[in-house]
Amino acid sequence: MSAPTALLIAGPGTNRDRDLELALELAGAQPTTILATELAEHPERLDDAGLLSIAGGFSYGDALGAGRMLALDLTVGLGDALRSFVDSGRPVIGICNGFQVLTRTKLLPGSLGHNAHGRFECRWVVLEAEPNSTCVWTAGIEDPIHCPIAHGEGRYVHPDPDSLAAAGQVALRYRSTNPNGSVADIAGVCNAAGNVLGLMPHPENFVVGRQHPNHLRGGGLDHIGLRLFQNGVAAAMATT
Amino acid sequence: VEIEGAATWRRVEFGDGVDEQLADLLVRRIVANPVIERWASGTIEPTFHAAGAGSGTAETIPIADLSPDELAHIGAERALALDPEELLAIQAHYASIGREPTDVELETLAQTWSEHCAHKTFRALVTTDDGEDRPPLITMLRQSTEAIAAPFVRSAFVGNAGVVNFRDDVTLALKVETHNHPSAVEPFGGANTGVGGVIRDVLGIGHRPIAVTDVLCFGPPDAPLSSVPEGALHPLRIREGVIDGVADYGNKIGLPTVAGAILYDPGYTTNPLVFAGCIGTAKGWEPDRGPFPGDRIIVLGGRTGRDGIRGATFSSLTMDATTGEVAGASVQIGDPIVEKLLIDVLVGAEHLYTAITDCGAGGLSSAVGEMAEGVGADVELDKVPLKYPGLEPWEIWLSEAQERMVVAVKPAKLGELRERCARHGVELADIGGFTGDGILTVRSGGTQVLELSTEFLHDGRPQRQMKATMPQPARGADVGRDVEDPRASLLALLAHRNIASKAGTIHRYDHEILGATAVRPLVGRMADAPADGVVIAEPTDAAGFAIGVGVNPWWGLHDPEAMAYGVIDEAIRNVVAVGADPDHVALLDNFSWGDPRRETTLGELVAAVDGCCAAAMAYRAPFVSGKDSLNNEYTGTDGERHSVPPTLVITAVAHVPDADRCVTPELAQAGNAVVLLGSTAPEFAGSHLDLVHGEPDEVGNVPAPDPDAPTRYRHLHQAIQAGLVHSCHDLSEGGLAVALAEMCIAARRGIEVTELPHADRVTALFSESQSRLLVEVAPDDLARFGDVMHESIHVLGEVTDGQYLSLPGLDPIAVEDLADAFHRLDGDVR
Repeated sequence: MSAPTALLIAGPGTNRDRDLELALELAGAQPTTILATELAEHPERLDDAGLLSIAGGFSYGDALGAGRMLALDLTVGLGDALRSFVDSGRPVIGICNGFQVLTRTKLLPGSLGHNAHGRFECRWVVLEAEPNSTCVWTAGIEDPIHCPIAHGEGRYVHPDPDSLAAAGQVALRYRSTNPNGSVADIAGVCNAAGNVLGLMPHPENFVVGRQHPNHLRGGGLDHIGLRLFQNGVAAAMATT
Repeated sequence: VEIEGAATWRRVEFGDGVDEQLADLLVRRIVANPVIERWASGTIEPTFHAAGAGSGTAETIPIADLSPDELAHIGAERALALDPEELLAIQAHYASIGREPTDVELETLAQTWSEHCAHKTFRALVTTDDGEDRPPLITMLRQSTEAIAAPFVRSAFVGNAGVVNFRDDVTLALKVETHNHPSAVEPFGGANTGVGGVIRDVLGIGHRPIAVTDVLCFGPPDAPLSSVPEGALHPLRIREGVIDGVADYGNKIGLPTVAGAILYDPGYTTNPLVFAGCIGTAKGWEPDRGPFPGDRIIVLGGRTGRDGIRGATFSSLTMDATTGEVAGASVQIGDPIVEKLLIDVLVGAEHLYTAITDCGAGGLSSAVGEMAEGVGADVELDKVPLKYPGLEPWEIWLSEAQERMVVAVKPAKLGELRERCARHGVELADIGGFTGDGILTVRSGGTQVLELSTEFLHDGRPQRQMKATMPQPARGADVGRDVEDPRASLLALLAHRNIASKAGTIHRYDHEILGATAVRPLVGRMADAPADGVVIAEPTDAAGFAIGVGVNPWWGLHDPEAMAYGVIDEAIRNVVAVGADPDHVALLDNFSWGDPRRETTLGELVAAVDGCCAAAMAYRAPFVSGKDSLNNEYTGTDGERHSVPPTLVITAVAHVPDADRCVTPELAQAGNAVVLLGSTAPEFAGSHLDLVHGEPDEVGNVPAPDPDAPTRYRHLHQAIQAGLVHSCHDLSEGGLAVALAEMCIAARRGIEVTELPHADRVTALFSESQSRLLVEVAPDDLARFGDVMHESIHVLGEVTDGQYLSLPGLDPIAVEDLADAFHRLDGDVR
């Protein structure tokens, strides 16, 4: 079976698109970057896409709130087409700014506020996949995932994290240190069906061994972020 | 709703304990920046940019009959920052063509001939006090690069950045810029646009920007308010704004801010220094061929406003308490998202233009003026998109509004470029064409406001003749130091602002984006120890490059020539220590100095350039680009001159053949030998031990060059490539003791030192002698390592699993105590 097409949605100010393209490519997909405005003009592009992804950055400079304008491009511009893509069960991922976008579109629960310490922060973190999550992206990942965060507004906020977890929608939690004050150490959440994942950390920045801070001592490979994308691509092949 | 203008304001309320006078003082000194903000108790009325149309015409300035004094008066009135000889040359030129200049022409000449753009001092004929006539400083630097004739240099000292070619058809564009004056006046905006500007420099030579560097110099953040001159900002506010400005631009445009340094000295209190660097990459790069007659002049990106007027001339003046009022508008306003879109449009569009440059200092007048050199251009100012109406022709022509690029485009290619711009929402304006008549013509509303021969514009400036009084550094007998408690001195050094962890700042920068940062600025088991150099390598490439920085103004105060040699050694040492090839190193030189019209100040500059050329030749490391920022002085209301210490920042960029064979200071294995390379002497002048304990009357010498260093670095590189080196760290500020401590912190392991490299313990532990490195070697490999090094190696001791650094004759120091001292200031940067 040929590699599924992975559409990478970008807006003005999206800046981790190249990183995400590499991750999707190494995971076995054919990444194609498209501007949200272009996709709105050609919603049929969604039909032959096996996977949808929204990269990190500062879309529209985060004017009117992180991710809001790009979210409007998707809800107003795409609307039903996006909804039916999600309903078809095909995998969708939004990272960092992409996560902020997905919460603004209401495809994902909760919202993201300023980091508890009030500053942009870039450092490596350890993520643990929730075993009971319905998320197709994190399914079967037992070893912790290592990858960097790089955000100023990554504090996940939700009124009832326990029921969210009970519903299997908490996909990833920060282990040991919670870098931004997210409720219940939540780093990533998925929709009820489990095919849409949003997370603040950047697994796309640990897709080859050398990217791990400890690679010179031969460490890290068991914790590679590439696994998430391999899961996503597998799900794309299963649903198309 | 139609928005005509917007203004922002802040309301500050004081408790009862604060009377009008105190409130005013608090606002003036802490709340507001008098340079760009106004305040009033009670209500305050907003001010908006002047609405309505500009006159659209140029004003004629009669100068034909003026005396030198009257000329000087006009120069001062318009802040032209021109020398008397230059004003006379302009007067003579217009006499020869039989008319008077327009304001647009005068301002254009002032920009093009400014210190900032023309580098008058570096191009001046210098006569030293010993009667020697020197070639211009820029010529000396260029000649050293030509003499080295390194095959990997593709372009040096021309265009926006240097270009090197370390492997196959991949080139790197290298540039470091200074943005000192703007950062002093408005720290956030100054640093912010400093980063934006240097990224455009790389974009302006057809390379994709991939990494940003920053070297920052501040006054002491704990300086008492009373020590800060009227009109200057407190170092705390400057630091806060500058770091925010660097982080904001780099993080938003999506480039990793990977390498740099932060220095503190009272000499920077009124004149902070901001050195922003950018590295770009390209495949199959060729230099611009055009512009050709008939090409269109295309402006891409941001609109033009009144921001950043006269920035080039402003930065060429020394500042005083009133600089704010005259120069407030000299600080530009940055928008990283617009520049990100420019990258999206221009990277991959190389086939669409025949020449490209960025709009930096001098705005369109410099960008178009430089491109038109020898070709000529005809510009229609009415075609320039404006942020708001009301700009006079000279303001449009000189505005330094950010995020603008100028490209020369064949009419046939214009359509495709328009499509690319439309796709990414980037504004494109066709403002005229290149002519071929060698004349620069600018029109507004159909009428001509400027006509200059590009020959006079670029070559009409009389060469400066300058006198220099050379420094006489006391290079005599070595002078040692006495220290009561070496353990306490070590902990004090680790906690000194210049040496202590910069983690608080580094984590504010995204240094992970693009996934190519193979060796990070922070390394080790807890990722909290300083790396010597950082390594950038595309995730799917084996090879990459390393970046190292050398800077030491405290040496400069004592011996500028030795300082220059020493910081070049340090920059190269840093890249070699991480695994780069010493035979493929390119250097960038950035000088930030005081007023060169002071003969001793110019002498220090000449001495530093001598040191630069000597070191470049010794290491066969060519300079490919550089920048000088002079006049970093401030006249306080006390009438006293405050100048920065002689500050030379050297950036070394070197080829890394195998990014998987890099090494860091993280100790690997208990039982391994800790080896010192290089020789140690009592060289304490400008040392950090003196910064901690105070300087004695008899300071002795700044560390002298080590002629064996170049071969040592080549052999060390062979040893690293052969896998004989498990960890490596260079010795710099604080000497051997600090280097040992940092290796212990990196691994959270101990080192037991049994041999010291010098009979005098203080010299052994704290001297800052050059060209030394610590290397971890397995016991069984020692013999082979010695063979590869071809020099005597001193085994100082061994790595232990214990949690102590133990030094001969001293109680062991717990590694956690070292780490605590090193991290004492981490919470300091907010």
